[in-house]
Amino acid sequence: MAAPANAPIPFPHRLRDAGIAGLVAMALAVPFLGLRTVNLDQGLVVQTNLAYVPLAGVLVFLGRLILGLLAGPLAKATAPLANWRPPASTQRLRPWGGPLLVLAAAALPFLPFANRYIIDLGTTALIYILLATGLNITVGLAGLLDLGFAAFYAIGAYTCALTTTQLHWGFWPALAAGGLASSLFAVLLSLPILRLRGDYLAIVTLGFGEITRIVILNWQSLTGGPNGVSGIARPTLFGLTFDRRAPEGGHTFSEITGIAYAPEHRLIFLYLLILALTALAAYTVARLRRLPIGRAWEALREDEIACRSLGINPTMVKVSAYATGALMGGLAGCFFAARQGFVSPESFGFMESATILAIVVLGGMGSQAGVIIAALFIVVLPELARGFADYRMLAFGLAMILIMIWKPGGLLAGRLPTIRLSTAKPKPVAEAAL
Amino acid sequence: MTTEPLLDVQGLTMRFGGLLAVDGVDLTADRNRITALIGPNGAGKTTIFNCLTGFYRPTAGRLLLRHPTRGPIELQKLKGYGVARTGVVRTFQNIRLFPSMTVLENLLVAQHQTLMPKSVFSLAGLLNLKGWRAAEEAAVETARDWLRRLDLLAVADEAAGNLSYGMQRRVEIARAMSTNPLLLCLDEPAAGLNPRETRALADLLAGIRAEHGIGILLIEHDMGLVMDISDRIFVVDHGARIAAGTPAEIRNDARVIKAYLGEPDADDLAHAGVGAP
Repeated sequence: MAAPANAPIPFPHRLRDAGIAGLVAMALAVPFLGLRTVNLDQGLVVQTNLAYVPLAGVLVFLGRLILGLLAGPLAKATAPLANWRPPASTQRLRPWGGPLLVLAAAALPFLPFANRYIIDLGTTALIYILLATGLNITVGLAGLLDLGFAAFYAIGAYTCALTTTQLHWGFWPALAAGGLASSLFAVLLSLPILRLRGDYLAIVTLGFGEITRIVILNWQSLTGGPNGVSGIARPTLFGLTFDRRAPEGGHTFSEITGIAYAPEHRLIFLYLLILALTALAAYTVARLRRLPIGRAWEALREDEIACRSLGINPTMVKVSAYATGALMGGLAGCFFAARQGFVSPESFGFMESATILAIVVLGGMGSQAGVIIAALFIVVLPELARGFADYRMLAFGLAMILIMIWKPGGLLAGRLPTIRLSTAKPKPVAEAAL
Repeated sequence: MTTEPLLDVQGLTMRFGGLLAVDGVDLTADRNRITALIGPNGAGKTTIFNCLTGFYRPTAGRLLLRHPTRGPIELQKLKGYGVARTGVVRTFQNIRLFPSMTVLENLLVAQHQTLMPKSVFSLAGLLNLKGWRAAEEAAVETARDWLRRLDLLAVADEAAGNLSYGMQRRVEIARAMSTNPLLLCLDEPAAGLNPRETRALADLLAGIRAEHGIGILLIEHDMGLVMDISDRIFVVDHGARIAAGTPAEIRNDARVIKAYLGEPDADDLAHAGVGAP
């Protein structure tokens, strides 16, 4: 974005640029505006009305010209915003950022304005944060593009659904099973695609995502096909349910605590549960980044050949990245299934994979804070814009384009080092020497 | 100082389809010695390196590494990354760092083999147990030592990709040395360095040879550097070894002069550092 500020484009160039845009608009306007099919008595006939064509050309010409002239001042005016970096003095506060954020999020359901809708929206946002945290390991850290991440989400959800309905497991063992099953499938998937990179990897992962969905859709005897699975066990707190009446031999939360039963309790519990899962996942990733395995993920993204020359086995690094990412996807899926009480294949289509990937890319690859901001943006913004009804996807698209113009590397681009020599504890001898 | 043989290459042959890139080359590299591999462009030097370090699987030949603790190891039978684990570590002609990671992180990735078991499937690391913390601190100290020796301490927290070319070359050597290698293979380490940096490199390599008890194998075009620091030189041309010997012997070898210059010409030879008295 520095180019327009440094070298203003001369006016004749802008004029020519706008002229070309106008001509293209006129060429497009001929079929779009100039020709119209009309249903008359003698059948469908084409009416020509070329009056709109020059109009379209002039409008686009003027619009392009004005935009071009405004681009420079606009970029200059927004430059401080685009180049904003947290001041260095906030570095000391960084370790506190995560816990404070979790505390603030935990307080949300108890705030006066919190209602069912807000808590539900928060829960959805947290599911996406957990999913994107998982995908961020594969895509952001290890640099392995995955266009079929919803497959792991689906496997986690269906594992939870089937173990609780068929095997009558409780929620907690099913949660563990969901995460592990996803991981296992990720290992199986990663074995055939280890040699692929770039576009080819993208295509195969896209295929895996679709295959998973289609298998679930068609394996009627196991998954119920398009009808899905219902009656999935609800999450419990130390065996306590959040129902009005206790199941046989069990107790409800309200019975034991003496708090009067309210249907919101379940919502708040679900919200706090996914918050805890997500916080744990984010903490784990932050720790993993500092460990040999996490550094190997990033090194693999940077240069696979250099990794091999240092004795790092790229296969193990890739498999572990896929498996760890899928583990988190599976946990999110399992939680999703238990929250809804129902799963069906249509929740796990390509749009889901694309949304999760959009969160990772928008947030800035590899950045946990970026994932949180982007997930809130993608989940909450369309909700806020509900008033605009038909135009909300338009507004959403516009917002995405603006972000890509101003922050092409994602909202929080730029990588944080995992360790600094200046803060690492020096040897006592070295300290004395200084 | 002992100079027992470390690496023994016998009949190394590498064929790419119809192209015979390396044809039955024999060479040895000794502990505490700098061995240079020279030859005109396209002679097959880097191919030999790629075979040695596990990036190519040789068509034929035996690469025997005499490992002090693991005994003799046939490198050509190992998987690519396995060679580095035996202590044969290389640098690249076109530098290959992890550009967006810091210099220190580059050196810590290099210590993956020592750190990984200490993190116990990452569990000890996740729980930040004492054993893990000690291992990481030791790794940082190793990195700090090499950064100090290569005068990189000031840029330890910079992204490696932002450094100047000469610095990146040094980071690559520091990274290779942090793996605690047995045989350091350098592919044109002086390429792109200015004369002052080249002299510093010569001092550094001589220092490593003197202090670390490892072997150094070197591909280099800078004849001044090669003649100055090498203990033994192997010359290859068109994939075959044409000469081997001390710098003094190589300087006066008629076949080497012919390979490099075609017709011997006093001015050219003096300029290349070959044939000088």
